[in-house]
Amino acid sequence: MFYREAGDFKTTYRDDSQTFPIRLDRIGYYVILAVAVLVVPFVINDYWASAVLLPFLIYAIAAIGLNILTGYAGQVSLGTGGFMAVGAYAVYKLMTSFPEVSVVIHILLAGGITALVGIAFGLPSLRIKGFYLAVATLAAQFFLVWLFNKVPWFYNYSASGQINAPTRTVLGWAVTGPAASPAAKYLICLAFVIFSAWVARNLTRGMVGRKWMAIRDMDIAAEIIGVNPLNAKMTAFGISSFFVGIAGALLFAVYLGAAEVTEAFGINKSFLVLFMVIIGGLGSIFGSFAGAAFLVLLPVLLKNVLVGALGWPTDLAAYIELMIVGALIIFFLIVEPHGLARLWLLAKEKLRLWPFPH
Amino acid sequence: MMDQLFYAAEVIVNGLMTGVMYALVALGFVLIFKASGVFNYAQGVLALFAGLTLVGIMQGQVPFAHLLNAVFGTQLDRFGWTVPALLAIVLTAGVMVLLAILIEKLVLQHLVGQEPIILFMATIGLAYFLEGLGDVMWGADVKNLDVGLPQGISDSIERVTDSWFGYGFFIDRLDIWAALIATALVAALVAFSQYTKQGRAMRAVADDHQAALSVGISLRFIWIMVWSIAGFVALVAGIMWGTKSGVQFSLSLIALKALPVLMLGGFTSIPGAIVGGLIIGVGEKLFEFVMSSPDLAGSWFGFTIGATENWFAYVLALVFLVFRPQGLFGERIIERV
Repeated sequence: MFYREAGDFKTTYRDDSQTFPIRLDRIGYYVILAVAVLVVPFVINDYWASAVLLPFLIYAIAAIGLNILTGYAGQVSLGTGGFMAVGAYAVYKLMTSFPEVSVVIHILLAGGITALVGIAFGLPSLRIKGFYLAVATLAAQFFLVWLFNKVPWFYNYSASGQINAPTRTVLGWAVTGPAASPAAKYLICLAFVIFSAWVARNLTRGMVGRKWMAIRDMDIAAEIIGVNPLNAKMTAFGISSFFVGIAGALLFAVYLGAAEVTEAFGINKSFLVLFMVIIGGLGSIFGSFAGAAFLVLLPVLLKNVLVGALGWPTDLAAYIELMIVGALIIFFLIVEPHGLARLWLLAKEKLRLWPFPH
Repeated sequence: MMDQLFYAAEVIVNGLMTGVMYALVALGFVLIFKASGVFNYAQGVLALFAGLTLVGIMQGQVPFAHLLNAVFGTQLDRFGWTVPALLAIVLTAGVMVLLAILIEKLVLQHLVGQEPIILFMATIGLAYFLEGLGDVMWGADVKNLDVGLPQGISDSIERVTDSWFGYGFFIDRLDIWAALIATALVAALVAFSQYTKQGRAMRAVADDHQAALSVGISLRFIWIMVWSIAGFVALVAGIMWGTKSGVQFSLSLIALKALPVLMLGGFTSIPGAIVGGLIIGVGEKLFEFVMSSPDLAGSWFGFTIGATENWFAYVLALVFLVFRPQGLFGERIIERV
């Protein structure tokens, strides 16, 4: 009834292989984009920005990054928190060393540095795979966090061991530091999200993405049909880490403002992003957004319901959140391994046929 | 220089003792992996859960008191009795068996035949769930556990070594006991898998699920049994670590230490878990000793660093795996298209 593709004819290959082949989807996409850019910045307040929108946008970038590595290239990584830390500390060093350069360039450079680190830790993936690799990536997690904690050069010899984001402006608007307005923070994150999603979507449906998927589905067979595993795995690690690094840089510079590495980038961050990818949907850009939204909103919702409405103690709500997240992971792995993205697709299928069941 | 050598020897001995503790946790992993191909990330949380349950039963805590108080506004806390340690251990073992049955029924049964990595991620979910459950059931405060194991620095060893070498070794008595108990446990497990009917069935399942099913071995029973044994091993590990440093969240992190132990030793080998545990226990203590000592690292590099224990095991395992992907004792990985 509402969701139709009748009369939506495609006459060129270009039309047929676009990201949103159905006109209604396309319009919906532009509407969401327009609302996000033109409406939200004017109605945003501090609570919405810091509790919901900023973490959602930043984790969406991290989830896209991990999804490229885990969902598309099939290399499970538990080192996401460590790579986010690399992005955060890289952007911090750049911001304090070259104050006159634009922060946007710093964030992109931080992504680049993280990509190099990611490639270095991805090298063992040529020999080991599966959960051996998953466990091996924990080496990156622990080593990087320890490095940023122990080597004073990384936090500019500050007494507390913390890093603090100085105020930087984009087009005259402060986006980092205490002076930044919620709208400015939101817009800079949104810009990076749109950039990341656009790049990731187009990479994954091109030749690079198909190589990744071939490696994921069966690496030996992929090698036989001419995919260079070194090339495919290293690009996957590099590009994935690039996005994760940007997410880490934004998390520190724009969202947190100050960070201490063991607290902000511990192993729980790695699991959080992995869960976003699993719940959202492995191998789907939309799934990265859905998973990030779900796991950002769940604690807010539980807090409002359990603590706010029922008056339970905060710690109890935190434990119940752990239980729910754990149970959901198992549930999704058993019932719907492709996550929320697959549920969304099924809903669309049903809507196309509605009101008829078949 | 002599003093430093003795100190290094003491570090090595203490490392061996720690390695035994790692091996104890790693054993739980190996058992489950051998019998079901599931790589159980939740083993550390199982140890935490077992420790929490043991303390809870011993002190007569009301389970879910925190939750019940919040929902019904009651003031529940303790039943007002205490349970002797031995009985509490038996009861906790019962709880772990129950948990094994539930895990098999609710999780594993539905994931038969999935890829190992999916099963691995499912156990990460299980770890989160159990952690939350343990906290809701028994509360998250740090608890003291005392089941009557001797603790503290052993005076007699210090005296004897002092008279022999002129240098007293400081060794925790609990570590010695842990080593003894771990040895006994390993012997029992090996005997069980070699000489009993169930043990043979377990090895059959490990070799080939289909073939084991076709000769009439119940897969479900074996899995429940294996998870129960793993729960029991977790209980022993929970008692040891809980006595050493209190039952608290950090207990679940020892699983993270057991992972590199396994990677080093090979996932399928019980001797591998033990040797790997000893190598990592000694290696990380020795590395830390060298790197944080101004006389050694300081005079070589001009600087010293500390707290390397967090990552040393992983980096060691990572470097090792690049050269020998199956670990020390693991089975050769053969892949076909």
